[in-house]
Amino acid sequence: MKGLVLPALLIALAEVGARLHGPSDVIAPPSQVIVAFGEAIRNGSLMLATRDTLIAAFGGLTVGAIIGLALGVALGLSRTLDRVLELPVEVLRPIPSVAVIPVALIVLGFGYGLEIAIVAFACVWPMLIFARAAVAGVEPRLLEVARALKLSPWATVAKIVAPAALPRIFVAFRLAAGVALIVAVTVEIAVNPQGLGAALMTYGQALRPDLTLAFLVWVGIVGFALNQGLLLAEARLFGGRG
Amino acid sequence: MTASILDFRDVRLAYGDQLVLGGLSFSMAPGEILCLVGPSGCGKTTALRVAAGLVAPTSGEASFAGAPIKGPRRDVAVVFQDYAKALLPWRTAAGNVSLALEAIGCPRRERPGRIAALLDRVGLNGQDQKFPGQMSGGMQQRLQIARCLAQGPAALMMDEPFGALDAMTRQDLQDQMLEIARATGATILFVTHDLEEAIYLGDRVIGLKPHPGRIGVEIKVDLPRPRDQVATRESPAFLALRRQLYDFIHGAEGKAK
Ligand SMILES: Nc1ncnc2c1ncn2[C@@H]1O[C@H](COP(=O)(O)OP(=O)(O)O)[C@@H](O)[C@H]1O
Ligand SMILES: [Mg+2]
Repeated sequence: MKGLVLPALLIALAEVGARLHGPSDVIAPPSQVIVAFGEAIRNGSLMLATRDTLIAAFGGLTVGAIIGLALGVALGLSRTLDRVLELPVEVLRPIPSVAVIPVALIVLGFGYGLEIAIVAFACVWPMLIFARAAVAGVEPRLLEVARALKLSPWATVAKIVAPAALPRIFVAFRLAAGVALIVAVTVEIAVNPQGLGAALMTYGQALRPDLTLAFLVWVGIVGFALNQGLLLAEARLFGGRG
Repeated sequence: MTASILDFRDVRLAYGDQLVLGGLSFSMAPGEILCLVGPSGCGKTTALRVAAGLVAPTSGEASFAGAPIKGPRRDVAVVFQDYAKALLPWRTAAGNVSLALEAIGCPRRERPGRIAALLDRVGLNGQDQKFPGQMSGGMQQRLQIARCLAQGPAALMMDEPFGALDAMTRQDLQDQMLEIARATGATILFVTHDLEEAIYLGDRVIGLKPHPGRIGVEIKVDLPRPRDQVATRESPAFLALRRQLYDFIHGAEGKAK
């Protein structure tokens, strides 16, 4: 409850400030933002844009997480593979995902494909790095227990490596999900004419600060809800083991 | 020829150019409890790992039940020193015991009964739904022992299993282990740095000398069984053995410097 005091105060200040300042092309009082928000819900534009962004974000997250997870597990299990792929990974990883846009645009054109590809590129890295560390970091004593019990390689992965690495891999997935939303909106703002990012650009250029701010706040709410949902899932799945 | 179950013949083991075991030879009779003592770093754990098939000797031969040891065997169970790391933190006590039952291919419907019996045997009855993180050190080590017993082992390799526990818990576990040994007839190789513990538990005690690890002294422990924490430890025979072992170990440490 105390956490809400400061935001409420700031909103009240913004309201007073914006009203004293008079009508404006760049700023709107919170009351008008709320009205604009209601309008965007009623005419369906908010839901449509949210749907487009989430499809691209989840599509890219799924593709990127699967590639990153597979690579990370393989690199964590095999020292040879890790050494062979170390250089390519370290060269590709620092490339900002936005910098991939021009190339992806030539290959894929506008649309979901472009956005999914770039989000996937951004999501591969956190998954790869965390999964590799999680697998390589499995308690060596547990692997020795597996040896002493003569577990098959498959049983060792299924009964020991996977459950030991899963909590950290899930943390990576949660971080990647945050990255996915940010990158999706970024691609929409930069080039892709769809989703929440494109809406932000359009209303900004149309000098509608009320709608722009409404969408901006909504992007924050979506990101917050996503993270909270995943945190809740994490606590449910792995909460019992500290 | 005596029918020994574990045989070390001139076992040497080097890590790089560091010779850790410098020619160990000894045999164990089935059902025997043999304790290995010696200063830290003298190769006790390494010797136990050779016996468990977790590491191969550089030269010499280690054999179990007449066959050279080529790797771990399901009828040889290892109780690791660091019990907290050797348990699956995401499985309950029952689940941890189940891991060994799964490994030996015990049918699913037989597992609950066996798990209950095994937990009961180590004094963990009613704790089956606890996670290792919710258990004390003593309970965790009991759980590791239960998992080892689930393998139905002919031999137990125990590496300082009670070293990190408080005195009361340690004595409880010593007596429980002796009772398990008596009931199952398992052969036990027991590593410890506690000389009194070695004499209290063992049929025989081997003291290792360091750099490289080799046998310095071998003592037969002819104390009657069942042993008793008070009466046995107070008996003149126990005190004489303790003196003998103490003189050896501290002599060896003095010379090593
Ligand atoms: N995997 C290993 N690689 C290199 N050196 C090792 C390894 N394991 C043990 N050693 C060395 O072998 C010696 C004996 O170790 P260990 O058998 O653990 O002794 P103890 O159990 O008697 O304390 C030590 O000097 C230790 O550093
Ligand atoms: Mg040791």
